[in-house]
Amino acid sequence: MTTRVGIEVSIALADAVKLANPDVVAAYPITPQTHIVEHLADLVANGELDAEYIPVESEHSAMSACLGSAAAGARTFTATASQGLALMNEVVYVAPAMRLPIVMAVANRALSSPLSIWCDHSDMMSVRDTGWVQIISENGQQAVDNTICAFRIAEDRRVLLPVMVHLDGFSLTHVIEPITFPAQEEVDKFLPRNNFPLPLDPDNPVAMGDFAPPFIFTEMKWAQEMALRDSKKVVLEVWDEFARTFGRAYHPVEKYHSDGAKVVLMTMGSVGETASVAIDEMRAEGQNVGQVRLRLWRPFPFEELRQALAGAEVIIVLDRAISFGGPGGPLASEVKAALYDQPDKPKIVSFVGALGGRDITVSGFKEIINQGIEIARTGSAREYEIYGVRE
Amino acid sequence: MAKSDNELTWKDLEIGGIVVAPGSASQYESGTWRSQRPTYDFKKCIKCGICALFCPEGCIGPNEEGHFEANLFYCKGCGICARECWPRVITMVEEVE
Repeated sequence: MTTRVGIEVSIALADAVKLANPDVVAAYPITPQTHIVEHLADLVANGELDAEYIPVESEHSAMSACLGSAAAGARTFTATASQGLALMNEVVYVAPAMRLPIVMAVANRALSSPLSIWCDHSDMMSVRDTGWVQIISENGQQAVDNTICAFRIAEDRRVLLPVMVHLDGFSLTHVIEPITFPAQEEVDKFLPRNNFPLPLDPDNPVAMGDFAPPFIFTEMKWAQEMALRDSKKVVLEVWDEFARTFGRAYHPVEKYHSDGAKVVLMTMGSVGETASVAIDEMRAEGQNVGQVRLRLWRPFPFEELRQALAGAEVIIVLDRAISFGGPGGPLASEVKAALYDQPDKPKIVSFVGALGGRDITVSGFKEIINQGIEIARTGSAREYEIYGVRE
Repeated sequence: MAKSDNELTWKDLEIGGIVVAPGSASQYESGTWRSQRPTYDFKKCIKCGICALFCPEGCIGPNEEGHFEANLFYCKGCGICARECWPRVITMVEEVE
């Protein structure tokens, strides 16, 4: 039966992985992901989870082991963060190209240097173009639900791509939240057995990840791109079925008082909840502001975003990563690209903030929105604004 | 195979480019990489096969007369056979000639 408990989000995510009954977990511990894989190691060691736990010597090996495991048709999970994701990078590209359904939780954390263990989205952005389906969590419940959905999406025969579940380091991983866990039988029904179409099998040998000369490489890449683009349909279907089964509904673009709002704040990840309080307060003061939160980072939900932002005159985008020497926030760039060809283009103001674990409070978000409105009116000599920097 | 490899569209590919039949690399014409081609003066050939032993591509074997000769579908023109052939049977020539 369904249970509701107060629990640390990392432990809850690991318990969600247990509910998904994986065959293999290969991971290397790194802050702030550590509690996720520690708890999974405990579950396996205590005989509560019948899986192979591979304590690899690095993240590069973790993802390599995951490739082999998924290629053999095993349900496969790993988790990492920041420097670990950076070390893993070479193999992160290989998984979607080989169409291997791996699920990976990323406890978002700033990349060095300077060393920071705290949250921002620079690690997420470092794997933006790897070809993984990437889902963002805003709170602990979403991290749990996203994890269960991730296996279903990844292993769907129409998808067969790895899925990353992003959750903000510390501000999600290390907080205790009330989490509703679905019952094991319900998850078993929701998640059919993994059935990879061409697994490694000594009786039917295949070769995977081969050499592709120029005459076939473009076709390979286009097949991969079409698979990722087409996966959106399945993501929507899975979320829809999840809502019908478990009663919690998710969308690629979540709207919060954004219909009819002239000014819309856009966020991604855990800051969205704090920002929504600022939206509540500003609306109570009579300002016509709303919010949208991006839940699906890849494949990017262009249509849903255009619909959600239709009618807005000012869009203020908060990014937790800098694209150094570039246009500012990676999310803001995507929003600009999505809206550039629209007949009634809104003003789009890019803010970068909350880097390396710095909090933005409710009053901070009000400040960002008010500054954004002002910049939309007057224009700015800068490509983007950085919030809260001491000058 | 109905289509040759360079006629395949993206829809024809196995998922993830998985190769399901063995030996598909033998269909790949590595000979197109060649800028030099071995030529032979078989009058001097003593059929020792040392060229075949040294060929890194493994594409040299005896022809109908028993002389050792490279399969130009695979030969990349490295010239190792010409260097190792001590009776001096093999001369590398530019492909343009």
